[in-house]
Amino acid sequence: MSQPAQSSLATKGRVLVVDDDAALAEMLTIVLRQEGFDSRMCFRGDEALDEFRDYKPDVVLLDVMLPGKDGIDVCKEIRNESGVPIVMLTAKGDTVDVVVGLESGADDYVVKPFKPKELVARIRARIRRSDGATHEVLKIGDLTIDVAGHVVSRDDQPINLTPLEFDLLLCLARKPWQVFTREVLLEQVWGYRHAADTRLVNVHVQRLRSKVEHDPEHPEIVVTVRGVGYKAGSA
Amino acid sequence: MARDPTRRLTEGVGRALTFWRRSIQARVVASTLLLSAAVIGVVGWFLLQQTRDGLLEQRVDAVVAEARGEVSEAEGRLLAAPGLDGDAAWQKRELAEPIVERGRVRDFGVLLAGPSGQGLSVDDSGAVRTLDLDPSSIPRSMVERFDRRGARTAWTYTDIVSHDEDGTTERPGVVVASQVQLPADGQTYTLYFLFPLDEQQKTLALVTRAMLAAGGLLLVLVAGLTWLVTRQVVTPIRMARRVAERLAAGRLQERLKVTGEDDLARLATSFNQMASNLQRQIRQLEELSRLQRRFVSDVSHELRTPLTTVRMAGDVLHDARDDFDPATARAAELLQAELDRFESLLVDLLEVSRFDAGAAMLNADDINLGDAVLRVVEATQPLADQRGVRVRVQAPSHAVMAEADQRRVERILRNLITNAIDHTDADRDPGVLVRLDSDDHAAAVVVRDYGIGLGPGESAMVFNRFWRADPARARTSGGTGLGLSIALEDTHLHGGWLQAWGRPQQGAQFRLTLPRRSGDPLRHSPLPLVPPDADQDLSAAPVKESLR
Repeated sequence: MSQPAQSSLATKGRVLVVDDDAALAEMLTIVLRQEGFDSRMCFRGDEALDEFRDYKPDVVLLDVMLPGKDGIDVCKEIRNESGVPIVMLTAKGDTVDVVVGLESGADDYVVKPFKPKELVARIRARIRRSDGATHEVLKIGDLTIDVAGHVVSRDDQPINLTPLEFDLLLCLARKPWQVFTREVLLEQVWGYRHAADTRLVNVHVQRLRSKVEHDPEHPEIVVTVRGVGYKAGSA
Repeated sequence: MARDPTRRLTEGVGRALTFWRRSIQARVVASTLLLSAAVIGVVGWFLLQQTRDGLLEQRVDAVVAEARGEVSEAEGRLLAAPGLDGDAAWQKRELAEPIVERGRVRDFGVLLAGPSGQGLSVDDSGAVRTLDLDPSSIPRSMVERFDRRGARTAWTYTDIVSHDEDGTTERPGVVVASQVQLPADGQTYTLYFLFPLDEQQKTLALVTRAMLAAGGLLLVLVAGLTWLVTRQVVTPIRMARRVAERLAAGRLQERLKVTGEDDLARLATSFNQMASNLQRQIRQLEELSRLQRRFVSDVSHELRTPLTTVRMAGDVLHDARDDFDPATARAAELLQAELDRFESLLVDLLEVSRFDAGAAMLNADDINLGDAVLRVVEATQPLADQRGVRVRVQAPSHAVMAEADQRRVERILRNLITNAIDHTDADRDPGVLVRLDSDDHAAAVVVRDYGIGLGPGESAMVFNRFWRADPARARTSGGTGLGLSIALEDTHLHGGWLQAWGRPQQGAQFRLTLPRRSGDPLRHSPLPLVPPDADQDLSAAPVKESLR
């Protein structure tokens, strides 16, 4: 079922591929290995969580339709114990499926049939974050962001954010004077080069707000600028 | 401010008219009232005439008899009076004074005129009469008739005018005239009796009042009855209307309450049957639509997964083609290119089936069409460069905003612009021109090309699926043949217009018009469909628009 684990030092990262289609999963591992990633396959939804615990991947690629357990439920379970980047592989571009997938905790999604390079770009964007570890402390509203430590805290109480939510908050906090359009956020946080689905931004801003705002109905940290996008709230 | 009351009046009249038009009950009650009022009026008038005639006849009979009695009694008195010792004047007084006296008591006027043959002499000093009586009360025709001998007792109606200390009074009355011969001079005198009709007038007034009151009450009764009866009929109809409205609004479980077995109850039963049938049919259609959507979704999953695998395999082969022999390398390239086409065809097909299933949803937001056009032009730049076609954009100085679904609008624009690039011959044609503009209600984008154009009647067909301007023409690009059809569906989803204009060898122009506010109806477009540089040749086929 699983590929023999290579030395993780030699690879750019570990990817857990959860897809019931064996041909696709195998093809994915071939492509990923070519790109320098280590990967492991899992074909059933109900085995995904055990594989995840055992393999400790840097990114999870998760199909929506899985035998044993729905991809959406698997996504929620993984999210419950880890902030690991999750990219949904969806065969449907329909609004409902995408939004449900994102709301269950996925960071990003790619619609089948996707171009392999596009998928690799998505994965790279999710893994690259731990690069420039400058010691930097930022303030946004009453929150303190420790960039190197990847910690966001309010009154010295750390707030648990996923890496994606952290990146999103950091992007806004670094330029508090700037209003970010959804397209710019997609480019800077998700790594899209072309305009993509702006619902990604909307859903994740909602999730971020539910964690960092005092009152998510009246956001003060991530402020909506109507007709333009979002910006960091002023204190 | 001065117009305020007028407007309020107009509004009031308008509301009343609306109520009149809408309420059967009001109309039935009103027409019943009108008809009953007419009938009651005619009957009342007839009864009043009868009563009046009867009253007067009776009174006239009585007064003529009384006058006769008085005259014969007076004649008797004259004959019984001592012989010839009196002169005419004395006899006249003897004749008239007791009657005048009696008249004062019994309220009738008396006037003795004559002798006859002396013209009108009722008012001469010789006349004996009731003091306050005005002689003009006696009609002239009567005076003339009694101016000769031998006239028989006669009567007529008149107005009795009398003068007393309170002034002049005029009241209706009957005048009876009778001739008397005075033994003293053998002349004929006329005795006029003037009987007032006060009593009769009072009675008539009483009867009239009573009848008016009765008529009024009757009308109120009729109105009330009609109102009640029509209400019994109208109430179930109104209920049916309300239920029908709710059904139309989509609340399919609404039904009418059926009570009894009369016509209205049967109407309600039929109505409910109709509603049940409708509901069943709609449920069936919904079920079908759900199945179709499910099918589309399943097909999409089933097709996309193997396609993804094939695509990745193709990519791996393509990347490694340098290591292959030339034929295999070319095969890898062809595989790659055709996979692209297959993929876009699948995406388009799935989009079309989503539209067909009614599953497409609008995700509207305020967007800047100018930015969208620039983004699409930038995205189609590789294709334009490859063809050597220049795409120019002419935007107004103000931002062109509209409430629209960005993804769909960009797809429409991409389809229009790639279509225009596809149909442009870089060596011959001036390129592609995109213009946009907006006004208060609508925003428009036109895409003009100078390619082979469209023949007569083709401007409506360009939106048909898999339609080609020239079937013999080689396929020039990777277009799926579904692009314009999808663009049209996307436009309709916005409540907008997508129209095409074209002339053979003069190129074509596509115009997208979107309402500024989502859901507002469109009436006009800020940009003309026919380009200003079009050849205004009248012999050419008229412009066909595809409007839906």
